[in-house]
Amino acid sequence: MNESPQNRAKCEIPFKVNGELLTVRTHPMERLLDVLREELGLTGTKEGCGEGECGSCSVLMDGVLVNSCLIPVLQAKSADIVTIEGLAAGERLHALQQAFLECGGAQCGICTPGMILAAFHLLSKKPRPTLEEVREGLSGNLCRCTGYMQIFEAVAEAGRRGAGG
Amino acid sequence: MSTDRIVGKSVPRLEGRDKVTGQARYVDDIVLPGMLYGATVRSRIPHGKITKITFGTGIDWKDFVIVTAKDIPGKNCIALIDDDEPCLADGAVNHSEEPILLLAHADRYRLPKAVERVSLEYDPFPAIFSIEESERQSEIIWGSDNIFKSYVIEKGDVDAAWEKADYIVEGEYRTGAQEQLYIENNGVIASFDPQQGLTVWGSMQCPYYVHKSLVKLCNLPAERVRVVQTETGGAFGGKEDYPSMIAGHAALLAIKSGKPVKIMYDRMEDMAATTKRHPSRTRHRTAVSKDGKILGGEIDFTIDGGAYETLSPVVLSRGAIHAGGAYYWPSIRIRAKALATNTPPQGAFRGFGAPQSLFALERHMDRIAQVVQISPSEVRRRNLLKRGETTTTGQTVNEAIDLGKLLDRAMQLSDYSARKEKFAKENERSSLKKGIGIASFLHGAGFTGSGERYLSSVVGVEGCVDGKARVLVSSTEFGQGTNTVLCQIAAEALNLRYEDVSIAKPDTQEVPNSGPTVASRTVMVVGKLVQSAALGIRQTLTASGMLEETYSPEEFRAACRAYVAKHGKFQSLARYEQPEDIVWDEQKYRGSAYAAFAWAVYIAEVTVDLTTYNVSVDDFVALQEVGKVLHPVLAKGQIIGGIAQGIGFALYEKVVWDKGRMQNGQMTNYIIPTSADLPPIRVHFEELGNVHGAYGAKGIGELPMDGPAPAIINAVEDALGIPFNSIPLLPEDIFDALTGRRERESLWPVMKGGR
Repeated sequence: MNESPQNRAKCEIPFKVNGELLTVRTHPMERLLDVLREELGLTGTKEGCGEGECGSCSVLMDGVLVNSCLIPVLQAKSADIVTIEGLAAGERLHALQQAFLECGGAQCGICTPGMILAAFHLLSKKPRPTLEEVREGLSGNLCRCTGYMQIFEAVAEAGRRGAGG
Repeated sequence: MSTDRIVGKSVPRLEGRDKVTGQARYVDDIVLPGMLYGATVRSRIPHGKITKITFGTGIDWKDFVIVTAKDIPGKNCIALIDDDEPCLADGAVNHSEEPILLLAHADRYRLPKAVERVSLEYDPFPAIFSIEESERQSEIIWGSDNIFKSYVIEKGDVDAAWEKADYIVEGEYRTGAQEQLYIENNGVIASFDPQQGLTVWGSMQCPYYVHKSLVKLCNLPAERVRVVQTETGGAFGGKEDYPSMIAGHAALLAIKSGKPVKIMYDRMEDMAATTKRHPSRTRHRTAVSKDGKILGGEIDFTIDGGAYETLSPVVLSRGAIHAGGAYYWPSIRIRAKALATNTPPQGAFRGFGAPQSLFALERHMDRIAQVVQISPSEVRRRNLLKRGETTTTGQTVNEAIDLGKLLDRAMQLSDYSARKEKFAKENERSSLKKGIGIASFLHGAGFTGSGERYLSSVVGVEGCVDGKARVLVSSTEFGQGTNTVLCQIAAEALNLRYEDVSIAKPDTQEVPNSGPTVASRTVMVVGKLVQSAALGIRQTLTASGMLEETYSPEEFRAACRAYVAKHGKFQSLARYEQPEDIVWDEQKYRGSAYAAFAWAVYIAEVTVDLTTYNVSVDDFVALQEVGKVLHPVLAKGQIIGGIAQGIGFALYEKVVWDKGRMQNGQMTNYIIPTSADLPPIRVHFEELGNVHGAYGAKGIGELPMDGPAPAIINAVEDALGIPFNSIPLLPEDIFDALTGRRERESLWPVMKGGR
């Protein structure tokens, strides 16, 4: 954090988060990550590196997988954001969440929200991805615990269960 | 009684739902009312005296809480083995990034600039940065000789072995520092109330280590210090001792300000300032018969501990005990030492010294094979420990393990012989050189020697008001599956369903001290105690007449509810007692080093691309005997995850140092394996069982870190015909070797004819 994002005046940013229309009053250069976590209390989005390398802060912005640590909130104006909190339907887990749980895709859990969103994004483009496509599709999200194999199994399993439509 | 066993089944991870939905609460997700944010001013030089601290202009310093060593109420140390590391440098600094001064402010955005504006003046002293510089003792930076600790392990008459040798094979092997790179950085929150005392919440492996350190640092009675582990986003040893440091810092700021204080490192600070795997140098000199049998040998194992002793003596101990590996040595002398340098203290990382000494040994075995002109598999087969033989510390192998069969099975699974032959033929015509390599090894579970006796761990199981059982341990969950497996064990012992058992949050006010969550001890040692404590609950209920000898889970819950209604909540505690056959002589370093060993044979296949000099691992077979596998999915996850870190250790992860300071402390330029980099990892278990562990389980977590690096570098040698004896092995190292930029000769270990 070189320059304080608080040096500029606050402004109003309307956007949609997990299907809900919201307006936050914040500094325009505030990171989307911080706005989600601190203004909106959506702490499922995690910070791992703060420089767009690890993917722990991945969210979907207008259907595109982005690192929310690299997005000034101004850029998210009027966007449609999906975070990990937006995946389950009430008590019912999304097929990807269920498959991660069953296949051992989550260990310490810190990369898990971003990893699941990356997988969600992948399945939305390729509902039945090949192993190579899964490897490629998740390669922007680092996991230090699992060695990835059980994550691959989880994504394949969720694909088989129709998670990607 | 139900015959459906719970151990051995892959039940859902206990806290898994919270993790996949983003509801799990890590320390950075917690905000307390009125909370301040803390930051650390660190040394910018590796060695010297601080002569002046100036608070620069342009900062409203009265809004900041400032803490120096003068503010420490108790002893200025991180309590661990010898309490030698200060919490805040007081006058002198011994490494870059050493903490000197702490700042706190309600607005975290004001902190980075304030840290920058604290100017430090020093009287710099000469500094040392390598094992060799430390050995030369041109500067003495610790004690009288720069040696934190040394050990000698001796067995048989080594000096007589040289006479009998047909070959004497020598080699020197090195491993670099490795960053744990848990994805959640270190972080804590501390809160202080003069009446209530001090509470610290944070990301950690060992709440009672932090507790012990805070009591000493803050000069508070033990009952007025409370430490609570929050959900922890990876640790791998990296959160064994360092949380005591950051907790101490937050506590000092909280005590001075009277407000809660959060310190959350960013990635660069975490990588620059916290512990890493000890760099190592191992020298082998081995007497070998003409048929490839080891007759005796000397091993010199040296690790770079950084500026303070911290955990180095125990890392050294494990490394030294594992230095002879899974082989029978009729005679051996192992000399081990941990040295001081002016770098941040090195610490625990999965494997804890063993990956270093086993890298050396498993490379050296291939060297011996070449000298004797037998295959790498054959040299191992001829020397693997057999039942009834003794290890280097004189511990008799009593387990029913047949390592020759384990080797055979791994070779079959990888199609070793055929692949090796095929590669040798095809490599002649291709710029893609393929190779295959083996490592056979062991890993001791639990604390070394008398360690478990000193820990004297206590575990509780509680009968609750709803009729369920609750496990009380300070053993922490940081991804490995502690919560899940300990609940499985309790459920199995009580004949309950998995859903009928819960586990308390590790909170020093609520749970007994079941020891640190390290050393692959949780399932074997703590798990066995959970099993005993659970039986105590059952006995209480049956003795009260409320429960029959045989019962259903429903009957148990009804009896438990009735008992609690009449007598209140009840607990059963179990304390560790060392089995009688575990005898260890700390002075001579002889005896039973570990209650059990896990055994493994790993085989790696690689391709070296002579256009890019890149090494890719194409296939990986991991066969191990870890006792009874209590949860197949979690166990497999431990093995694959460890192998991924081992591949990083071998081929990617290089800490670039400049004057004792990490230069590449970012994920952008410290490279760990991504999903695109890893081979298919084929995991296989043998399950022989083990009398010391819960339901026959042994330790599993660290084992998979030991084998990948030597198996891979052995495979690279098989592909290229050039031995590389130092890791990490990066493409530029291969380029240098193949283009003659490095003297080829220097790569080869010395070899002499014997008799």
